Amino acid sequence: MLRALKSFGAFWYDFVIGDDWHVAAIVVAALALTALLVHVAGVNAWWLVPLAAFAALGWSLRRATSGKS
Amino acid sequence: MTAALPLVLTVFVACAVEAIEALTIVLAAGLTRQWRSTFQGMAAALVVLAVIVGVLGPTITLLPLTALRLVVGALLAIFGLQWLRKAILRAAGYKARHDEASAYLREVAAAKAAPEVAKRGVSDWYAFTLTFKGVLLEGLEVVFIVITFGGNQHNLGAAVVGAAIAVVVVTVAGIAVRAPLAKVPENALKFVVGIMLTSFGTFWGAEGAGVKWPGNDAALLVLVPVVALVSLGYAVWLRRVHRLSQAAARPPTAFSETEEVTS
Repeated sequence: MLRALKSFGAFWYDFVIGDDWHVAAIVVAALALTALLVHVAGVNAWWLVPLAAFAALGWSLRRATSGKS
Repeated sequence: MTAALPLVLTVFVACAVEAIEALTIVLAAGLTRQWRSTFQGMAAALVVLAVIVGVLGPTITLLPLTALRLVVGALLAIFGLQWLRKAILRAAGYKARHDEASAYLREVAAAKAAPEVAKRGVSDWYAFTLTFKGVLLEGLEVVFIVITFGGNQHNLGAAVVGAAIAVVVVTVAGIAVRAPLAKVPENALKFVVGIMLTSFGTFWGAEGAGVKWPGNDAALLVLVPVVALVSLGYAVWLRRVHRLSQAAARPPTAFSETEEVTS
């Protein structure tokens, strides 16, 4: 039962998060920061998520090619 | 219908890539083992997928649009960046290109080696499970794309149409050639799908977080080319780095040795 649960969790982790969890973490953090900027500081930070996505992709590629992930 | 065309096309391309991968597995199992158990495995996977769509589809369209855009946008952006990462690494030469012909040969070799065992009313359990797993996994990605794109635009019907056309086109092409669709530029298609998923995910996610995009929906017309340009830029940069590192690792040739001696 525990093994089945583990493999079920591993499947969904691989399906959603994939090879590099840092990318998912950066996207989620960027969305949270955007929401804060919009709702608390009143800044229409439409540029933040695309910039974070490009940075996350670049960083992840650099890690993959330098053998760190 | 014209307004739904970008949605239908995006879902079509994304689902065609998944359908090609599923077809490779079905053909490998059917041609080397037996079609009966292969079709049983495919049918079982399609039933499971239909249940998932039936349960998740109506539920997701009932969610408030802002929350839906935030969650779906985040998932799509993460999913799209994963695709882009793999596609860029392949384009730059760091990862082997996805080759349906060699994937097919690997599946065929494994299928031929496995013994034929009857189980739970299925005459060839290996063919059944191979097809079930393959179709379910690739089908889940199709379901994910259909539900997120369709739910977000409150047009699940158009997304289903795009996915259905993709599956039918790939199936008909597969039956016609009776071989994996190796001629389809799958890596290029995956690159395009990664760009689309990342662009839509970024757009909807940010919208869900509360931003107002300059030009509203027209911002996508800028966002998609920008994501494409940045991704191509990364691919070109990594290809150069890869070539330089390979050249540096190569042992010096006889010509360069002679040149060094004479100079």
